[in-house]
Amino acid sequence: MNNRNRRWFIEQCGVGMGALALNHLLGSRGQAQGSINPLAPKKPHFAPKAKNIIYLFMAGGPSHMELFDNKPMLSKFDGTLPPPELLKGYRSAFINPNSKLLGPKFKFAKYGQSGAEISELLPHTAKIVDDIAIVKSMVTDAFNHAPGQLMMNTGSMIFGRPSFGSWVTYGLGSEANDLPAFVVFSTGSKGPSGGNSNWGSGFLPTVYQGVQFRNVGDPVLYLSNPRGVDESLQQDSVRTIEKLNRMRLNSVGDPEIATRISSYEMALKMQRSAPELIDISKEPKHILEMYGAEPGKPSFANSVLMARRLVERGVRFVQIFHEAWDQHGNLVKSITANCKDTDQACAALVKDLKQRGLLKDTIVIWGGEFGRTPMVQGGDDGRDHHPNAFTMWMAGGGIKPGITIGQTDDLGFNVTEDRVHVHDLHATLLHLLGFDHEKLTYRFQGRDFRLTDVMGLVVNKLLA
Amino acid sequence: MTRKITALMLTLIILLVAAGTLLIEEMSAAPEGNEVGSEHWAFKAPARPAIPETVRKGWAKNAIDSFILSRLEKEGLSPSAVAGRESRLRRLSLDLTGLPPSPSEVDAFVADQSPRAWEKQVERLLASPHYGERWGRLWLDAARYADSDGYEKDKMRWAWFYRDWVIDSLNRDKPYDRFIIEQIAGDLLPNATQEQLVATGFLRNSMINEEGGIDPEQFRMEAMFDRMDAIGKSVLGLTINCAQCHTHKYDPIKHDEYYRMMAFLNNSHESNIAVYTAAEEMKRGDIFNRTREIEATMQERTPEWMTRMEAWEKSVTGNQPEWTILRPEVDDISTGGQKYLANSDGSFLAQGYAPTKHRVKMTVETKQQDIRSFRLELLNDPNLPLNGPGRSIKGLGALTEFEAEYAPVSDPKKITKVKIVRATADFSQTERELESIFDDRSRRRRITGPIEFAIDGVEETAWGIDAGPGQRNVPRRAVFTTEQPISNPGGTILTIYLKQSHGGWNSDDNQNNNLGRIRLSMTSAVGATADPLPAGIREIFAIPREKRTPRQIQTIFSTWRLTVPEFKTENEQIAALWRGYPEGSSQLVYAERTEGRETFLLRRGDFLRPEKRVAPGVPAFLHQLPEGQPVDRLAFARWLVDRRSPTTARSIVNRIWQTYFGTGIVATSEDFGRQSDAPSHPELLDWLAVELMENGWSLKHIHRLIVSSATYQQSSAVSPELQQRDPYNRLVARGSRVRVDGEIIRDISLAVSGLLNSKIGGPSVFPPSPDFLYLPPASYGPKNWYEEKGENRYRRALYTFRYRSVPYPMLQNFDTPNGDIACVRRSRSNTPLQALTTLNEPLFMEAARALAWKTVREGGTTDGQRLRYAFRRVLGRAPALEETKELLGLYSRQRARFARGEANPWNLATNNPDAASPLPVGVNMEEIAAWTAVSRVLLNLDETITKE
Repeated sequence: MNNRNRRWFIEQCGVGMGALALNHLLGSRGQAQGSINPLAPKKPHFAPKAKNIIYLFMAGGPSHMELFDNKPMLSKFDGTLPPPELLKGYRSAFINPNSKLLGPKFKFAKYGQSGAEISELLPHTAKIVDDIAIVKSMVTDAFNHAPGQLMMNTGSMIFGRPSFGSWVTYGLGSEANDLPAFVVFSTGSKGPSGGNSNWGSGFLPTVYQGVQFRNVGDPVLYLSNPRGVDESLQQDSVRTIEKLNRMRLNSVGDPEIATRISSYEMALKMQRSAPELIDISKEPKHILEMYGAEPGKPSFANSVLMARRLVERGVRFVQIFHEAWDQHGNLVKSITANCKDTDQACAALVKDLKQRGLLKDTIVIWGGEFGRTPMVQGGDDGRDHHPNAFTMWMAGGGIKPGITIGQTDDLGFNVTEDRVHVHDLHATLLHLLGFDHEKLTYRFQGRDFRLTDVMGLVVNKLLA
Repeated sequence: MTRKITALMLTLIILLVAAGTLLIEEMSAAPEGNEVGSEHWAFKAPARPAIPETVRKGWAKNAIDSFILSRLEKEGLSPSAVAGRESRLRRLSLDLTGLPPSPSEVDAFVADQSPRAWEKQVERLLASPHYGERWGRLWLDAARYADSDGYEKDKMRWAWFYRDWVIDSLNRDKPYDRFIIEQIAGDLLPNATQEQLVATGFLRNSMINEEGGIDPEQFRMEAMFDRMDAIGKSVLGLTINCAQCHTHKYDPIKHDEYYRMMAFLNNSHESNIAVYTAAEEMKRGDIFNRTREIEATMQERTPEWMTRMEAWEKSVTGNQPEWTILRPEVDDISTGGQKYLANSDGSFLAQGYAPTKHRVKMTVETKQQDIRSFRLELLNDPNLPLNGPGRSIKGLGALTEFEAEYAPVSDPKKITKVKIVRATADFSQTERELESIFDDRSRRRRITGPIEFAIDGVEETAWGIDAGPGQRNVPRRAVFTTEQPISNPGGTILTIYLKQSHGGWNSDDNQNNNLGRIRLSMTSAVGATADPLPAGIREIFAIPREKRTPRQIQTIFSTWRLTVPEFKTENEQIAALWRGYPEGSSQLVYAERTEGRETFLLRRGDFLRPEKRVAPGVPAFLHQLPEGQPVDRLAFARWLVDRRSPTTARSIVNRIWQTYFGTGIVATSEDFGRQSDAPSHPELLDWLAVELMENGWSLKHIHRLIVSSATYQQSSAVSPELQQRDPYNRLVARGSRVRVDGEIIRDISLAVSGLLNSKIGGPSVFPPSPDFLYLPPASYGPKNWYEEKGENRYRRALYTFRYRSVPYPMLQNFDTPNGDIACVRRSRSNTPLQALTTLNEPLFMEAARALAWKTVREGGTTDGQRLRYAFRRVLGRAPALEETKELLGLYSRQRARFARGEANPWNLATNNPDAASPLPVGVNMEEIAAWTAVSRVLLNLDETITKE
């Protein structure tokens, strides 16, 4: 961390938890400078609507035309070629863009007070439409997975930028004292394209990177004591480490040693709290059923339930990567299965957060890195990647419930109304967390970087 | 006149573009200007400043100290006392080699009464081969070195020869200017050596995207941007990538100047060459010499060989039919996501995603009548692994089936399958089972072999072209003859399918066995067969005999002798020799293209929006290229390390300073531009930069100066007042106390426990890591992680295999960068996950056990002696009384617990209780277990992982 940022922490963030602990440890010697806890809770630019995020990342690119964006005209044009003017300058990943149009495969109906249109694949989401805001007019710049996922998660297709979650923890710090601030699960058939960079800290200090959790075995790597080390030995060892570290602190005076002492304390606490956290067997039966979660059986639903438990314990940002939606072929069967795996838990999360009063300050986000082509890939059961239009939904934390914004053309190809670029989405979410996205910056290589690069407009229509 | 107008127009365009870009992209206020901005201190070449006078005399050991002391005196501070010998030697060892000193090294230094005692230690450690590992690792951060491609597939790659080149170059103290020149343009140096080619791996450490459906040109441009960024950060210390999208807001780099610099680099192949270790090089040299010797004996005993060879040449000249090259359309869907890029010579280069199974469909219309044969050429290409002709990791491919159809142009639906009745090839390997890397988990017996396998309609068989190491990466050709000539008066639509399904099960791994560069032709000639002569021979035939070089004549001889029955024995001898040819390894390198590639200014850095063409050139505000010299990548490389370059020397000495003291003289070591932090000691920075350049760019000279200074040797203990006054030690009124890098944390535990295998270099290794990380859903695709069971388990951490998308968790937890982009300044965090890692990670536990066993075996007989032994191994100093008390307290408590049977000592003290070593005489298991507990505590102390 350079001086400027250290100064920023000292000036902007006051003295954090680590420094308090340090004062305690140092007694009269307490000189907090130089060891400010970078994860101490911080205030954003203005009063926030939300303080946590649960991001259900539907990796692979879910088909908007099968889920949210009803396109009856596309059925009509099924089997015909798209209008040539539509394809001008259009690049696609696998198909020749000049491929035949493919009509939507599923039926839609209107639900709730809001009358949002939802496909028959999402019966549970259909029941929460009055709690969520559907954005049918998402746009991104990338049409390959790794760049697309990176774009959605870091605001840039270029590697090396901090992820959304790391920006949020950098800006807000953590309120979890025995858990990481930013937790990541991966539950799909594959991991995300581009791997760890999707939750990396880029040029931000590494404490802001996401920590991968598993929903089976040890939730965090190296959480369990190694073979031969029992609880008593672990306690005795950490106590001895602390005593020797404290002796060293007294003789050399480096406040970093005080931070090390509290890191070991936190590690012990985490060893106790994390197993309890992932043990969902203590959840009441009706909650398990609501999510479709089964203790001991890793699934998307289990991770979603854990996400709620994490947020309850002060974790700032939880992101679940569910890679499943890349239907170049076998669209009908695969997307049906994906919806079976995810629909119920997603809806349950919104309902459960709401009934616990957590939805008001937790934003739930559902969506992938891009949409899919109205044109067919292969025979008659697949679609290619499509960046020009796709759908996401959000709920809670100051998001206006029960609305649908944005329109696409009759084919679902281009956005025609209320275009929301990835940068606009980021700007809006940061706004809800209390940040002016142009001011949440980090100086690197002589430039103040931000999540939204040099773009991004807050989508006012989405705000409650 | 014309030129003037052009220049004027160009200026206008630049201005318009710059203004437009600023207006559109940069609504926020920018500090004034992008005009030539040489007023910024870092844009003026450093000159040697005068060494300041100080009030206090006698403290300074060299000029560094005068600069530091002078500033301290201005601040009203004084330097700290010199650190104790034990901690000084530990500091020096960790700094210069990344390894802690052994107790005997400490003893020797403590006992050395010579006034040169420190100097001797400095020289010993600077000469250690571990110096190159320690400082090489930092350069590898800047070079964004990794062992995998990144992006989605993130496949393994072979780049460790580059890593070893860095280590070796630093160990030999290669002048820094040459170190840079070789990395940017080693291939363009006269008679470039293997090492100089390997050095260009620097430019190839960029990520490669082979995700399905990508446009290879888009990601080639991404790699170009990455190369520019890496050069900016690592060599120039300048943020040049801002100018990728628009004229730099703060520094005087213009948008077009960015692309003019890129133009130096843009004319390259992304190559991958075979590389050999020294032993393999010897072996190769031996094979070449022996071959020549045997050929000489053949010629000696056959004096008329020249005339006979000429007769043979005549007999094979002009015996080939005329071939018409086909230029078909490739059906996009049929490629499985692989891109077939068309070349002007009618060939197609396979790039991008490499599916392990696909059947490419190619269609072309022709007026040719009586088509009797098709020819498939497999060609070399510098962009293929080992030059191709295939895309497998050996540069090979297999053709499962060659199929063709035709229809008359007048009735495209009337498709007839072509019956191929005969196939010939210039080379086919003997029939053999497919290698295990191509296992497709089908349990079928899949084989490669003669060309007939490509027309047998059998899925399991394919034409194989592996002629063995040293001989396999050459062009191949096959000819397929139809049963009936194909004729259609109104023209024919030909469709050719090349089925390539001899790859493995995992398309996310290096398991493709695809053809790399192909060309199709046809002929009406009767009886066409594949030309058996090796590529290149006919080109020599075309040269008049008297103009042929001896080498060309020898090449013909090497082909001809194979046709001569009386040479059978010698031919077999030579073939036997070549069977011992080393496999070698491979290395990604940069290679210059013969035909130039144009570079354009890209609007907002978008490769789809090229604007004006730019010529190679350097920014106007910096020193200029020499007149009258070629303007190429080599010129650019030399320009980077020109004595007049204002930031090159400053940037590297600043990073060296940063490594010793925790913060650079310029804290923003990646950026010396106008937005950089002001230097804490500007004169010292310039003095060091000039020292570097005036001492033959010797980095060891700079290291020697720094570690010999009184500044460096100060104690790092800090008073509350000084901590408050200068929390980050920018003024260096004390030694810097810095947690060591992640790799060194691992190395310390291995070294002090005696586990360390200190071998230098070689392929990257796979220490224990949780399996699930390398399998979906944690990783995108299944990745290989072959946990080391032998001595490679305990290699230094810099040799740990680095996947970009799945970083090695122990190193990731300690802030090691993953190589996505260049990094010249690491984060240094202090987290609970780090505590969990050093407490619980398996290899740390193995180190704790090993230290315990070592302690009871070698550390004396009493508990006090043993504690002192273990403590000194870990920390380089003896324990204080209080420390001894605490640690022996832990020892006795735990020993008692084991003795009471509260816990099983075998579980703690052995990696595998079933295969434990015999107990040392007079020692019981409870003791070793309790020492394991103590050792584990020692390895977890803050001081252990800190350079004090």
